[in-house]
Amino acid sequence: MTDGRMLDVRPAGRHALLVELPDAERTGDLLAELLRRRAAGTLPPVEEIVPGARTVLLDGVRDPGEWARRLAEWDVPSRTEDDGGVVEIPVRYDGPDLADVAARWGIGPGEVAARHSSYTYRVAFCGFAPGFGYLTGLPEELHVPRRDTPRTRVPAGALALAGPYTAVYPRATPGGWQLIGTMPDPAPLWDLTREQPALLTPGTRVRFVPQGGAA
Amino acid sequence: MTPKLTVVRSGALTTVQDAGRRGHAHLGVPRSGALDAPAMRLANRLLGNAPDAAVLETTLTGCAVRPDRAVTVVVGGAPCPVTVDGRPVPWGAPVRVPAGAVLDAGGVTAGVRSYVAVAGGVAAEPVLGSRSTDLLSGLGPSPLRDGDVLRVGDSGREPALPGVAPWPAPPAELTLPVRLGPRADWFTPAALRTLTSATYRVSPHSNRIGLRTEGPPLERASTGELPSEGMVLGAVQVPPDGRPVVFLHDHPTTGGYPVIGVVAESALAAAAQAVVGTPVRFVPG
Repeated sequence: MTDGRMLDVRPAGRHALLVELPDAERTGDLLAELLRRRAAGTLPPVEEIVPGARTVLLDGVRDPGEWARRLAEWDVPSRTEDDGGVVEIPVRYDGPDLADVAARWGIGPGEVAARHSSYTYRVAFCGFAPGFGYLTGLPEELHVPRRDTPRTRVPAGALALAGPYTAVYPRATPGGWQLIGTMPDPAPLWDLTREQPALLTPGTRVRFVPQGGAA
Repeated sequence: MTPKLTVVRSGALTTVQDAGRRGHAHLGVPRSGALDAPAMRLANRLLGNAPDAAVLETTLTGCAVRPDRAVTVVVGGAPCPVTVDGRPVPWGAPVRVPAGAVLDAGGVTAGVRSYVAVAGGVAAEPVLGSRSTDLLSGLGPSPLRDGDVLRVGDSGREPALPGVAPWPAPPAELTLPVRLGPRADWFTPAALRTLTSATYRVSPHSNRIGLRTEGPPLERASTGELPSEGMVLGAVQVPPDGRPVVFLHDHPTTGGYPVIGVVAESALAAAAQAVVGTPVRFVPG
């Protein structure tokens, strides 16, 4: 439970406020509560609810001051472990940085698949490109830095690690993350023919399912 | 049958724009939309279009199109010579273009972006509720190329504004009202004073993502790394070189450089028309 009076609310222009939280967990809690209240029709009008690593941006509000006063009266419940649906993503653990990551983890390359896929992840926030989700859930001792030299082209479907985050590239872009695997068919990550084009929306839980032929 | 426009001269960068996409920022989808939104709306109202009907946004060098049926157009925004089959016609007012004639919106004489509106609107395929080209994430129609064919929608939904409308002149000097926050505390007191006292200039690296500036760098009080957070339109982000960047419509939805303040949205149309080298002053507001 987070007491609303503990929220650090910062101004962001005339029609937005940025709410800062102590950690990713409480950020996810606040996001879940905002979405719950919006679904229940009890949220004051807001155009965009944009989570970040430790913040939630509320953009397109009439009166940021009024919003801040209301937020202070909230009690934000902690999410339970199984809160929200689970998306399963098939992955081949065959990325070009697999051996480097395995070395940093102190295990063999053949063990990365079992280790990485043993955790349940959650989409903390999106950005960088449409449908690009920043997934948390990797324990701190497995965090790896970005590559010293970014690649000019990371292929669509690349399963990648950087700092606390795991991501799957929805399309080919330049990128500096460590590539450990491949989602064989990345098209569902961003599909404009669906009502909800992004597969990985903030708050969604994710499991990676190793496919045959893994390195 | 509704008219079609063939692109005869696509210019340096011409895109389809409307009011942009709302409600998808949490998926990493920028708002996009016309940078000089008042110019888009005025051009549309002169034609009897819905105010946010899709238009063409040009960049410095204009563009030329040939309709296969007679259409009525308005070229507004940044002033430029306008011709139909080489003959001068009015800028900023409705012009009839006969079938097969070439409408040419020429290079700007001031400002940056002209808008070519056509009665009925440009009927590009909407993506997430908008026909806008988003240059950051590649959503919406691609920037125009010579030979492209654009469909035009049904015209005459609303009464046109009569007569000639007043178009604001592009700014000789850009004054941007800024409210501090959300990360003003990442900067030294001296940097906060510099922001609202120094004169910056519009950098040649400006684009639809941001108005970049040249001028005195803003010094940070803390050297840490900011975890990625949501960014608003008009955010004044300060990258490591210390020169403020004002986020325009194709800005990324999250970012990792601190935002010292936010410029009022009403000032961004002028920012979109400020040519390279224009003096920029940030004022409290």
